[in-house]
Amino acid sequence: MTADEDELVVVELHVNGEARLLRIDPRVTLLDALRAHLDLTGPKKGCDLGQCGACTVLVDGRRITSCLTFAVMYEGREVTTVEGLGGDPEGDLHPVQQAFVDHDAFQCGFCTPGQIVSAVALLAEEHAGDDDEIREWMSGNLCRCAAYPNIVAAIAAAAGR
Amino acid sequence: MRSFAYTRPAEPERPWAELDPDAMYIAGGTNLVDLMKCGVAAPARLVDIGRLPLADIAVDAAADTLRIGALVPNSDLAAHPVVRERLPVLSRALLAGASPQLRNLATLGGNLMQRTRCGYFRDLAMPCNKRVPGSGCAALDGEHRGHAVLGTSSRCIATHPSDLAVALVALAARVFIDGPNGPRVEPIEAFHLPPGDTPERETTLGHGELITAVEVPLTALGANSHYLKVRERASFAFAMCSAAVALELREGTVRAARIALGGVATTPWRAYAAEAALVGLPPSTAAFARAGDAATDGAVPGRDNGHKVELIRRVVARALGTLVGPGGAEGFGTAAGEQR
Repeated sequence: MTADEDELVVVELHVNGEARLLRIDPRVTLLDALRAHLDLTGPKKGCDLGQCGACTVLVDGRRITSCLTFAVMYEGREVTTVEGLGGDPEGDLHPVQQAFVDHDAFQCGFCTPGQIVSAVALLAEEHAGDDDEIREWMSGNLCRCAAYPNIVAAIAAAAGR
Repeated sequence: MRSFAYTRPAEPERPWAELDPDAMYIAGGTNLVDLMKCGVAAPARLVDIGRLPLADIAVDAAADTLRIGALVPNSDLAAHPVVRERLPVLSRALLAGASPQLRNLATLGGNLMQRTRCGYFRDLAMPCNKRVPGSGCAALDGEHRGHAVLGTSSRCIATHPSDLAVALVALAARVFIDGPNGPRVEPIEAFHLPPGDTPERETTLGHGELITAVEVPLTALGANSHYLKVRERASFAFAMCSAAVALELREGTVRAARIALGGVATTPWRAYAAEAALVGLPPSTAAFARAGDAATDGAVPGRDNGHKVELIRRVVARALGTLVGPGGAEGFGTAAGEQR
């Protein structure tokens, strides 16, 4: 996507705890801003239609599909991608990341960053009461490898069940 | 995607001042961004109303109503204690719609303004009277097993996709609108327009007008309500058929009934005949079956969507069955596929 210089807008996003200044075309989605402008390639572009959940990020702690909304709308908001979950990149994994490793909750891994971010939000929302509840509240994240049983097991374990 | 200018109104009281003829409002963006990507929507300017102070939920104790700001996210509305306790149909309809991520983005006002998911509407290579008035309707003779059987016209058979609006019809909600010509209020049933000869016109909203709030009466009818949605998979799908039902029961008879349908009509559909079939009668399996039958009044199925007529009968009857206590509606348990 190209635009004349005078069509670009300046946006300050707070991403994974850091203020990041962007000059972007207003057409740039939040997902594309993260991936193409900030080199945060954890959020994935799966369907780009809001149907697969691979692009899931947290905004002010709430999970959203970053492909269905424009970056310019998020001036000053706190965005958290999978890269920001564990804190120190050299340190320990986030407990949900560790649970996904422990339960082999992926095959190809493409949907995994979105699954993990979504699961972190699901736990904060307290929707991990039982496996059916986890499935319902993870319905916005598709896995073409169908690793669903292990994803549910990983989330249940991260919930302390 | 067409290039657009982006503004966030500095004067929250008059956002329409920035809305030139080629401009559109944006809030959550879940539907509009999608339509802009596929070229169906091509505004020259987006006016971001997302930060206007329209995100409150407040009980008016004197009027016994719940006033919901147009920018309240679907997730927050579904979880609100007054909605959960006194308007169960609303909470259930919201939670039966979309995914958790989309419900966090989607707003009340945007939900009422969302466009149909008819595949021909989204496909620029195909005729569609809603997208290009006068171009024809590809669904009439095309792939239409998911299309409407109620409220259709020879120009359009696209379904209205909202679950929330169906619940609001059952709850007799009112839509508060403001704009260049001043504020006005409209019953939700009048807000969405059947396609008729002008399927491109979907609501009564004029250019520049903005939904500011929806008001829902807190009544005995609303408190005894339910939403049943039948989908092609267990979750995160549009309705094949849904029913929002509310019954006021007193001394063993139905005093009042409101029944609305989703996924089968061109607008959030109020089933007047089904309501009339119940009032004054004791609730029973037979009465609910008759109401389900009456809900199909005026249905015009096409070649491949006749199953929706039978779905209406069964979904309405089953939804009504959940509203009466044990023993009151024999044979109406919860069945597989019903949302929790």
